[in-house]
Amino acid sequence: MDELPIQSGDDVVRVRQFVRNAAADNGLSLVDQTKLVTAASELARNTLVHGRGGAARVETVKSANGRVGIKLYFTDEGPGIPDIGLALTDGWTTGTGLGLGLSGARRLVDEFELTSKPGAGTSVVVVKWSR
Amino acid sequence: MERVPILKIGEILFVSIQIDLQDDTVIRLQEDLADELGATGAHGVLIDITAVEIVDSFIGRMLTTIGSISRLFDAETVLVGMRPAVAITLTELGLSLGGVRTALNAEKGLELLNGKS
Repeated sequence: MDELPIQSGDDVVRVRQFVRNAAADNGLSLVDQTKLVTAASELARNTLVHGRGGAARVETVKSANGRVGIKLYFTDEGPGIPDIGLALTDGWTTGTGLGLGLSGARRLVDEFELTSKPGAGTSVVVVKWSR
Repeated sequence: MERVPILKIGEILFVSIQIDLQDDTVIRLQEDLADELGATGAHGVLIDITAVEIVDSFIGRMLTTIGSISRLFDAETVLVGMRPAVAITLTELGLSLGGVRTALNAEKGLELLNGKS
């Protein structure tokens, strides 16, 4: 498993490139690669901007029926999300964007798990399976 | 931070994005384009994203903003060369890029800006 820091805009670009290579190497289609990299871009930006920096981990996983997937972990120790349901609503925004980052990222992957506690940081884990 | 060059060809500003876009780079492009529009009085902006592998919500919003800014300078923006996978992803993400016209390629985009279609 590879861990990548997210402390700058350059790091966000590096995470995107790393996820792209991992997805391509594991046989995800071009559309699925693009969806996963786009979701990774949204989540890495959230880690940087809202989580005040953190890290991403990239892992290759295998399902019971033999499908290969890419699992991504985004973690920060920022202020956390007080209302997760609200944060996942289309159009809800902290004021700087369209409010599609988190909800959009969730639509682009197959599995999505968000855990957060105010003051204790946020963790998002997503999986995209090859078809 | 890298910068995206802006070329003036006749009455049109031509931008071809060939790098992995950072948020800062896109904000800079938006500012540079506003400056160029003000300085040149160009009537069109052609943005080629053939080489762009992903458009996320931030980049998408900036493209829409560039369209709005251009309109204030009496210029129209046409986005060309979007990859099929990017189009599918953008739609699923929920972005419609309202206010920005699109064309299949640079040639068709130019025709659109020059009023030939």
